[in-house]
Amino acid sequence: MSDTTIKPRIEKAPVLERITTALPIALVPVLAVLGFVAIGDPAAWLTLTVAGLAMGLMIFIMASGLTVVFGLMDVINFGHGAFISVGAFVGFSILIWLGGWTASSSVFLNLAAVFLAILVSMVATGLMGYAFERVIVMPVYGQHLKQILVTMGGLIVAQQLIHVFWGPDEIHVARPESLRGSIVIGEAAIEKYRLVAVGIGVALFLAMRHVLKSTKIGLLVRAGVENGEMVEALGYRIRRLFLIVFMVGSALAGLGGVMWGLYQETITAHMGSEIMVLVFIVVIIGGLGSVEGCFIGALLVGLLSNYTAFLAPKVALVSTIALMVIILMWRPQGLYPVVKAK
Amino acid sequence: MKEPLLTLSGVHTHIGPYHILQGVDLVVPKGGVSVLLGRNGAGKTTTLRTIMGLWQASEGTILFEGQDITKLPTPEISRAGIAFVPEDMGIFTDLTVAENMTLAAARGPLDPDRLEWIKTLFPPIRTFWESSAGTLSGGQKQMLSVARAIIEPRKLILIDEPTKGLAPAIIKAMSDALLELKETDTTILLVEQNFSMASAVGDTVSVMDDGHIVHAGEMAELAGDARMQERLMGLSLEAHQ
Amino acid sequence: MLKTLLSGDNPRSKVLSLVLLAVVISLALAPFLFPGTKSLETAARICIFIVLVASYDLLLGYAGIVSFAHTMFFGIGAYGTALALSATGPTFLSILWGTGAGVVIAAAFALAIGLFSLRVKAIFFAMVTLAVASAFAIAVSQASWLTGGEDGLNYRIPRELTPAFKLLPDKVFGVRINGKLLNYYLVFFSSAILFIVMLRIVNSPFGRTLQAVRDNAFRAEAIGYRVIWYRTTATVLSAVMAALAGSLLAIWLRYTGPATTLSMEIMIDILLMVVIGGMGTMYGAILGATIFILAQTYLQNLMGVAADATSFVPFISHLVEPERWLLWLGVLFILSVYFFPSGIVGRLREMKS
Ligand SMILES: Nc1ncnc2c1ncn2[C@@H]1O[C@H](COP(=O)(O)OP(=O)(O)OP(=O)(O)O)[C@@H](O)[C@H]1O
Ligand SMILES: [Mg+2]
Repeated sequence: MSDTTIKPRIEKAPVLERITTALPIALVPVLAVLGFVAIGDPAAWLTLTVAGLAMGLMIFIMASGLTVVFGLMDVINFGHGAFISVGAFVGFSILIWLGGWTASSSVFLNLAAVFLAILVSMVATGLMGYAFERVIVMPVYGQHLKQILVTMGGLIVAQQLIHVFWGPDEIHVARPESLRGSIVIGEAAIEKYRLVAVGIGVALFLAMRHVLKSTKIGLLVRAGVENGEMVEALGYRIRRLFLIVFMVGSALAGLGGVMWGLYQETITAHMGSEIMVLVFIVVIIGGLGSVEGCFIGALLVGLLSNYTAFLAPKVALVSTIALMVIILMWRPQGLYPVVKAK
Repeated sequence: MKEPLLTLSGVHTHIGPYHILQGVDLVVPKGGVSVLLGRNGAGKTTTLRTIMGLWQASEGTILFEGQDITKLPTPEISRAGIAFVPEDMGIFTDLTVAENMTLAAARGPLDPDRLEWIKTLFPPIRTFWESSAGTLSGGQKQMLSVARAIIEPRKLILIDEPTKGLAPAIIKAMSDALLELKETDTTILLVEQNFSMASAVGDTVSVMDDGHIVHAGEMAELAGDARMQERLMGLSLEAHQ
Repeated sequence: MLKTLLSGDNPRSKVLSLVLLAVVISLALAPFLFPGTKSLETAARICIFIVLVASYDLLLGYAGIVSFAHTMFFGIGAYGTALALSATGPTFLSILWGTGAGVVIAAAFALAIGLFSLRVKAIFFAMVTLAVASAFAIAVSQASWLTGGEDGLNYRIPRELTPAFKLLPDKVFGVRINGKLLNYYLVFFSSAILFIVMLRIVNSPFGRTLQAVRDNAFRAEAIGYRVIWYRTTATVLSAVMAALAGSLLAIWLRYTGPATTLSMEIMIDILLMVVIGGMGTMYGAILGATIFILAQTYLQNLMGVAADATSFVPFISHLVEPERWLLWLGVLFILSVYFFPSGIVGRLREMKS
């Protein structure tokens, strides 16, 4: 086809548009600076900022699966919190079982115990995700109302089963030796474990980005979020893709559960549903279906919670709600609304 | 008559409470271009989507190469050798042109020779290879959508109004591309409102109205018979303009 | 007369009518039929929860909106009345203005949340209400200077509603005719009236449009209904009803705290009651609340017996422990959403035909 009419015309997005796309990313440093001004004490600010990032990244780990699952199949899993709790309980069981390793002063044994705990709990919650998707979610695809109800029912049952298996009481586990204590930078004391959490969180975010941007399965997920029918028309079984994403999301929730448990050193059957409140806020702030939005939302919520917990302890959760309200007034669909063809 | 590649017999489709297709009988012979005409809302898109399994036929059968595909899920239908270019083009705007093409090659890596052929057929694919598909113009998106459908050899391609909203020059380019495609081993079922384009590329033609096929025959016959055109197309023009 | 009272929305099933009649008569005569403090407490709780669950059904069953903030509205009503009684003394006037304030605040909250989040998606509303309600519960338990925190508020109610107030010197059918009895009938009749009002709402043109919006929002919008307006109005109405139920609870219990009004457990109980009773039927609220609360109060004893009986089988005995009854309810809940979304009421109605 001879073609002179079509010239390369790669339009640069208008400046204003580019700024507004980049704006959400700038919110995190802006919030950090505001926090610095409000707190005034650099050492306290540094401690709180690291704590906030750690908390935010843990929430991100738990929320990312939820948001992708929504983007892909329009399914919101109100039972997602169950994976967090189960992950924590399985992980703690392993840590208790490996009590000798965690109490030892060898860094290697400590980390091996944590690694094993994470691995086993991710496998367990991934499999649980498989069962959950097949039994609870699959029969109600496309029916939001039933979906909310049924997944909520799944959450109730899962929490009760935790009581059946692990008893009604909360469980305490001390962090392994080498993850206890703090590093002192200047006057700021930063808990070692929080640095580890930040490290895991950042590594996971980068890995997730890589998968989504550069692998075929990642491309499929992104394409599926935008137009699932077309992905099917190209010959891909989107249900299977969805099942995989659901399992990965569940396993990540399990990982988040172990990490959160180690952070608090105490776990309960309903910890998952408590954290879910934050997870929902984060997912809403980010824009349902958006991984980047979820990441930024999680950091914002983590930082804000820690700053307000220091400045005015009683309004921590209310402040995150306020943040959500402000962001939704600015962008009714969240920071990065996901384009849906349909 | 040539042997049929695709046969719809008595196909009914419901969308929610609405009964859209009311017994469609359609035969697409192997090879060449079959055109499906009809006024807006006649059910052309619904027919293509039903073939593709995106909507389930509630009654009737769809045979493809003798195999019953009525109840197959969409991915299986695609794997049987049917590609789909939807009315809205179904471009993944969040992905680049290259990524769109990579995904379209569902059965393996991109075939370089075929890709080269497509890039000659549709030069913008080459020009914008690394750009985000969301920034393409309407005509370029349409080319990308057709390009995706032919990146792997397919037996049948369903194309829904590829000239909708396009400038005459691009319509010409598109019909040239379809003519070239015809020379390969591919059968095309084309939904088209633009009669001059339809008659230029079409071999056989079916006309739909109100969820039924109201006429089926050779394109040459319809193109040469002004009265029949008046009768069938008048129908389509009055609602169209 | 009965038909008008029920707004023409009859139970439409003989068995259902009989069961409903039995429940209503039992509740009306509860003080005489089932003497004893525990049974009267149970009966009052059932009345209040019928209103609460019916008001949730208005939203879930008739408007197709899932909210997790229903206990928040319930709590606002209860705390409104409780705070008024604590602040301006145990008078009926306090009850009046406290209830009024509770209702207004609940309506304002519902309006704000509705306008804010119903625009986008039903799912969005569910998530937002879950977050807001959790934050509200935490805020209430932390504002101890006002709300008494976790301990809640104890207060006095008008003397006319307490056992100390004697109407008749003698017992009637072995029952003391005192303020407590009056209090029960206040709860009973208020609940009855509120229920009838809700029945009226869902059978009004508004209620019918609401169902049309629920079934096909897109189409309703195309016909020219302001979908967002209908949904928000339903949210507000349901919040007002929940707040009124909260006031009744505050008056009846003479105590208001987070555990009895705001907790997520209660929210889950409401969900279970409405789904098991039957969504979108109103009468389901009566059956759901009655069965659930009776089971909660009495069935757990039975499970205790079962757990003792199976104590030699370690795992099974865990499963039937009284504390585990929520496990079985959860399973029942999931099964009913799949297989009988119209709950017990729907089943009974099908049996007829
Ligand atoms: N999702 C839907 N829900 C309800 N009705 C629909 C839906 N999609 C299409 N219809 C109806 O089905 C009928 C056939 O639509 P269809 O899109 O198949 O027509 P068409 O022949 O492709 O028209 P056009 O030339 O305008 O593309 C129309 O009356 C349309 O209103
Ligand atoms: Mg069409």
